[in-house]
Amino acid sequence: AFPRLNPEKAEEAKLKARYPNLGHKPGGSDLLRKRLQKGQKYFDSGDYNMAKAKIKNKQLPTAAPEKTEITGDHIPTPQDLPQRKPSLVASKLAG
Amino acid sequence: MAGAGGDMQWCLSQAKGSLDDDVTEADIISTLEFNHTGELLATGDKGGRIVIFQQEIENKRQPQYRSEYNVYSTFQSHEPEFDYLKSLEIEEKINKIRWIPQKNAAHFLLSTNDKTIKLWKISERDKRPEGYNLKEEDGRYRDPSTVTSLRVPVFRPMDLMVEASPRKVFANAHTYHINSVSVNSDNETYLSADDLRINLWHLEITDRSFNIVDIKPANMEELTEVITAAEFHPHQCNTFVYSSSKGTIRMCDMRASALCDKHSKMFEEPEDPSNRSFFSEIISSISDVKFSHSGRYMMTRDYLSVKIWDLNMESKPVETYQVHEYLRSKLCSLYENDCIFDKFECCWNGNDSMVMTGSYNNFFRMFDRDHRWDVTLEASRENSKPFQVIKPRKVCAGGKRKKDEISVDSLDFNKKILHTAWHPQDSIIVVATTNNLYIFQDKMN
Repeated sequence: AFPRLNPEKAEEAKLKARYPNLGHKPGGSDLLRKRLQKGQKYFDSGDYNMAKAKIKNKQLPTAAPEKTEITGDHIPTPQDLPQRKPSLVASKLAG
Repeated sequence: MAGAGGDMQWCLSQAKGSLDDDVTEADIISTLEFNHTGELLATGDKGGRIVIFQQEIENKRQPQYRSEYNVYSTFQSHEPEFDYLKSLEIEEKINKIRWIPQKNAAHFLLSTNDKTIKLWKISERDKRPEGYNLKEEDGRYRDPSTVTSLRVPVFRPMDLMVEASPRKVFANAHTYHINSVSVNSDNETYLSADDLRINLWHLEITDRSFNIVDIKPANMEELTEVITAAEFHPHQCNTFVYSSSKGTIRMCDMRASALCDKHSKMFEEPEDPSNRSFFSEIISSISDVKFSHSGRYMMTRDYLSVKIWDLNMESKPVETYQVHEYLRSKLCSLYENDCIFDKFECCWNGNDSMVMTGSYNNFFRMFDRDHRWDVTLEASRENSKPFQVIKPRKVCAGGKRKKDEISVDSLDFNKKILHTAWHPQDSIIVVATTNNLYIFQDKMN
């Protein structure tokens, strides 16, 4: 069927036009592994120093603008420490 | 219970939560669950807190009585933790609450975050002992030499106090994030499921659990699907189901073997390969699975639809209801803004004749299975006076928009209704928006 007759395929064409490097296995490994890893990764001096030693003179991959993403080899740096969690108060549903 | 869905007239009974446009993250409601009688309603939030409401019925003898849910107990169930080995934060967000069927005066529930399940006891205290010989009423000790006569302490009524205490903590059994908890009909065991494994616990035993499903591949590069939800059959204590990110549901029988990696039934709707797109697998991912009260059917929720399966037929669902089909032509933007990964839940009414699920723009959908009727309603405080029947809403997919219709492009995708609950006996429904709770009651009762 032509893409325009199938709304889903038309949307797919749109997405591929915007992101030509998008992988061919959408529900596959990368997506699932990212899902399994969800959660804020904090600065770990062990990881940081090991990564620095490995890469030597090269620049460490810096944080993506979206700091909650864990992308590839990104090692959290002291610069991207997240904000402190707010203190625990009573739920507003009970108010 | 009232008759056909089309006869129902829903009125907003109560709305709870902050009116602030700015939503505090901790207040985001993450789970909702009635207990087995519907007398208690538990909510869990991203801040790890649980609020339990109790039903109070006014004018019980009148045909049109009004129910009100008032705060019964509120407590901090989970706190944020830190996994030092992986340098990862463990969120305190309550993923699921499940009530244990009541055996005595106290109420018990299981609540879970990503890693730890807790058994909470909620009990009432409405009397206290008074008239001690050696203690004053305020607790101070009396000098024994001043005691000239003895009396027998007695219990006297006091203002009701509801106490919540953690009775058991079931920890360290999940490497991945817990998405489901389900109490067995045997009332002794329960299962907990994460992305790749399902464990069986005994409610009294916290230091061990049995792994009953493990879909982790030897090589993680070969990972193709994850577990998205799991539930025990309501009557058959040997049977449970789990759904996957690929749109399949596997039913397992614990009598067959200790490790239930081989399913006894696999429910999957065949797909036309020519229709397959980049989005097909993502939108087929099942976000919720719920057995009917009768135990004959189960319902699944994927991104665009709700499906009812007859447990005796694995080849395809017996009923399919479109929740918001108009979103099919918006999948590209929904993928970009991550909405395509939203996990909507679904629920049955008490007699399994109707099902309900949420959508965007604070809309929610109800489907009447017997009369092939459906409606879209909105959870909003506007135009909702007491006893005023709320109006159905309609989304205009394209073309000319009629008056009172809302166009797809005007929908607010930040206003998601992921959690809904239906009272097990009465015509009362509860719908959670991001941080508010809406309780609707059928006028006709």
